[in-house]
Amino acid sequence: MTEALLEVKDLKTYFHTENGVVPSVDGVSFSIKKGETIAVVGESGSGKSVTSLSIMGLVGSPGKIVDGKILFEGKDLTTISNRDMRKLRGNEIAMIFQEPLTSLNPLFTVGNQISESIKLHQKASKEEAKVKSIEMLRKVGIPRPEKVYSSYPHMLSGGMRQRVMIAMALSCNPKLLIADEPTTALDVTIQAQILQLMRNLIHENDTSIMLITHDLGVVAEMVDTVIVMYAGQVVEYTDVYTIFKEPKHPYTKGLLDSTPKIHELKDELQSIEGTVPAPGTITKGCRFQTRCPLATSKCFSEEPELKEIRPNHQVRCWLHEEGEVAI
Amino acid sequence: MVQKLEQVETQTKKEEYLLEVKGLKKYFDVTEGLFKKERQYLRAVDNIDFFVRQGETLGIVGESGCGKSTTGNLIMQLLDKTEGEIIFEGVDLSKLKGEALRKKRAEIQMIFQDPFSSLNPRMRVFDIIAEPLKTHGVAKGKELENQVYELMDVVGLDRSYARRYPHEFSGGQRQRIGIARAIALKPKLIICDEPVSALDVSIQSQILNLMSKLQKEFQLTYIFIAHGLPAVKHISDRVAVMYLGKIVEITTKEKLFDQPLHPYTEGLLAAVPIPDPTLRDQKHRIIIEGDMPSPANPPSGCRFHTRCPYAQDKCRSEEPSLIEEKPDHFVACHFPLEKGHGVLIEK
Ligand SMILES: Nc1ncnc2c1ncn2[C@@H]1O[C@H](COP(=O)(O)OP(=O)(O)OP(=O)(O)O)[C@@H](O)[C@H]1O
Ligand SMILES: Nc1ncnc2c1ncn2[C@@H]1O[C@H](COP(=O)(O)OP(=O)(O)O)[C@@H](O)[C@H]1O
Ligand code: SF4
Ligand code: SF4
Ligand SMILES: [Mg+2]
Ligand SMILES: [Mg+2]
Repeated sequence: MTEALLEVKDLKTYFHTENGVVPSVDGVSFSIKKGETIAVVGESGSGKSVTSLSIMGLVGSPGKIVDGKILFEGKDLTTISNRDMRKLRGNEIAMIFQEPLTSLNPLFTVGNQISESIKLHQKASKEEAKVKSIEMLRKVGIPRPEKVYSSYPHMLSGGMRQRVMIAMALSCNPKLLIADEPTTALDVTIQAQILQLMRNLIHENDTSIMLITHDLGVVAEMVDTVIVMYAGQVVEYTDVYTIFKEPKHPYTKGLLDSTPKIHELKDELQSIEGTVPAPGTITKGCRFQTRCPLATSKCFSEEPELKEIRPNHQVRCWLHEEGEVAI
Repeated sequence: MVQKLEQVETQTKKEEYLLEVKGLKKYFDVTEGLFKKERQYLRAVDNIDFFVRQGETLGIVGESGCGKSTTGNLIMQLLDKTEGEIIFEGVDLSKLKGEALRKKRAEIQMIFQDPFSSLNPRMRVFDIIAEPLKTHGVAKGKELENQVYELMDVVGLDRSYARRYPHEFSGGQRQRIGIARAIALKPKLIICDEPVSALDVSIQSQILNLMSKLQKEFQLTYIFIAHGLPAVKHISDRVAVMYLGKIVEITTKEKLFDQPLHPYTEGLLAAVPIPDPTLRDQKHRIIIEGDMPSPANPPSGCRFHTRCPYAQDKCRSEEPSLIEEKPDHFVACHFPLEKGHGVLIEK
């Protein structure tokens, strides 16, 4: 077994707001191996983005990591200095966001922004940085990269901007790439181009990827391992084939059953009743109790732990307390 | 010649459609600078024809900016058309005036993507749903109250929410409010512009199931606009594919998803990720390269030729028109696919 590149252990990130403490990420543990692609799925508000911002050291006030460890190659990122964190960020760990326009500075040209990042992290000269930038733009499939180099972000389409973000993120050969909904705002044709690009990168560079998405189609086509989050916690964690074939958490099953299937002749949609509870509103029992069709009285009084029901398959649900059952 | 055409028409005895759109165009004036002599037009919708049968759902799909919403807004009379006819129950809507127009208009309603921006934030749920009933003088007093509460029941909103404001609801609940309002006047046609695109998948399925239930219960006809193809496939009977202001293919969903005739449709289908990891390596990967060109300056000939893997010389100079290549299967392409790759897999 390969060693973990990233290990997140019992991470808790809370927001201290006027209306009290919001436990957005509440005891999350998982690990990513070198070259592994992992998906984090779950409905909006389940804590996916806060988890990734925590890893990047980008949770701003009033949010705070209140407990847990984030080990990157053995170093705990929750305790290192801001200076060391900045060095790591963009160099060894890079991130791409959902809306590239908000993460690119509108006042500077694309070229300026990529070469700045290359200069900062690789001690390259101005000329070297420019050559490398154009090479990166070409690599991510941008036609006429010299022209795009001197364009401003608003002059580019959404798909182009996302390519620029990827070029920037990859310019320093990061070991870990965190992609938060990288294709959600794009058309499917452009999404397919970007996913193909990411697939090639995985092959060429052995980069580990943490892909946050709510599209189960993207999950099925891209990743090795899946983490399902619900209300700030991991509720199921296993390989991609098992998740789709034999989900063991009622929430995972609900998500799969409510997804329209483009490839099936007939698809009846089940749905999960109700909505995700606001963080911290369910204080007793299982957090999925209000929407779970299989809940029993125990689910309303005691909170289940994330438990390994068989090797490499973890589930947080009372149903499997005395061994795995079919759901 | 003219006589001949008429004869043909009476012979085939044309089917009656609920809605028929003929040669519809919408050009936006995008001329920059006040004194430019030559005006510049963006051809958002450029000469489209289609029909919708009573009780069916017609899906409209295509990339962002291809003209889907503009088409919906034209039918809804929210935009003035540049040219063409919108025939609803046999009557050209632009020929109607006054009370007659008001009445016909009430039979076409719309549901939007972002129910938040389409619901008045200062009105309570009760008043939002009651408004169309009041303005059309359908009910008042106790009867109005009954009808509003019944509508709330029908769309699955708890009656106790009647006095709340839109911001107090989740996206899915707001969409239910929008639907209650849209069906209040018992319309015949509802234009749904991306009604589930902003929602999580579990909530999407709640809304899609609700829409199917209402369709049966009230014999509704839907035009369902979306760029999420799986949802469109789920809810539609027939599907139209748009590209740069044109309809490039239109047929039943079975034919479209199983054996597309247009290269763009084939590429669009291939781009949709399939939620089954065991199929990931078997998939036929066709990737449409590049971006959609601007509708202000569309390519010559077939508008898809700049991205089409099958383009030939003829495609760059001659524009293909939408023809019935196979029964009930219309396509606009000089070289329709003989064995187009669909996505349906029999299990
Ligand atoms: N009022 C307007 N003035 C000028 N151009 C417009 C106007 N409204 C729409 N357009 C343009 O018309 C084209 C079609 O727009 P439309 O909103 O119909 O696209 P759409 O298919 O609904 O896209 P989306 O999937 O993003 O909703 C686009 O190029 C758009 O920029
Ligand atoms: N700055 C903030 N202040 C207070 N609560 C926040 C803040 N950022 C996120 N949250 C809350 O944390 C929860 C998880 O958010 P997030 O990680 O963004 O979810 P998602 O899974 O959609 O990415 C949500 O309930 C959200 O409202
Ligand atoms: S613990 Fe109970 S409520 Fe929670 S998911 Fe399992 S069965 Fe459902
Ligand atoms: S007409 Fe030519 S360019 Fe257009 S879709 Fe058909 S083959 Fe492609
Ligand atoms: Mg998020
Ligand atoms: Mg639109």
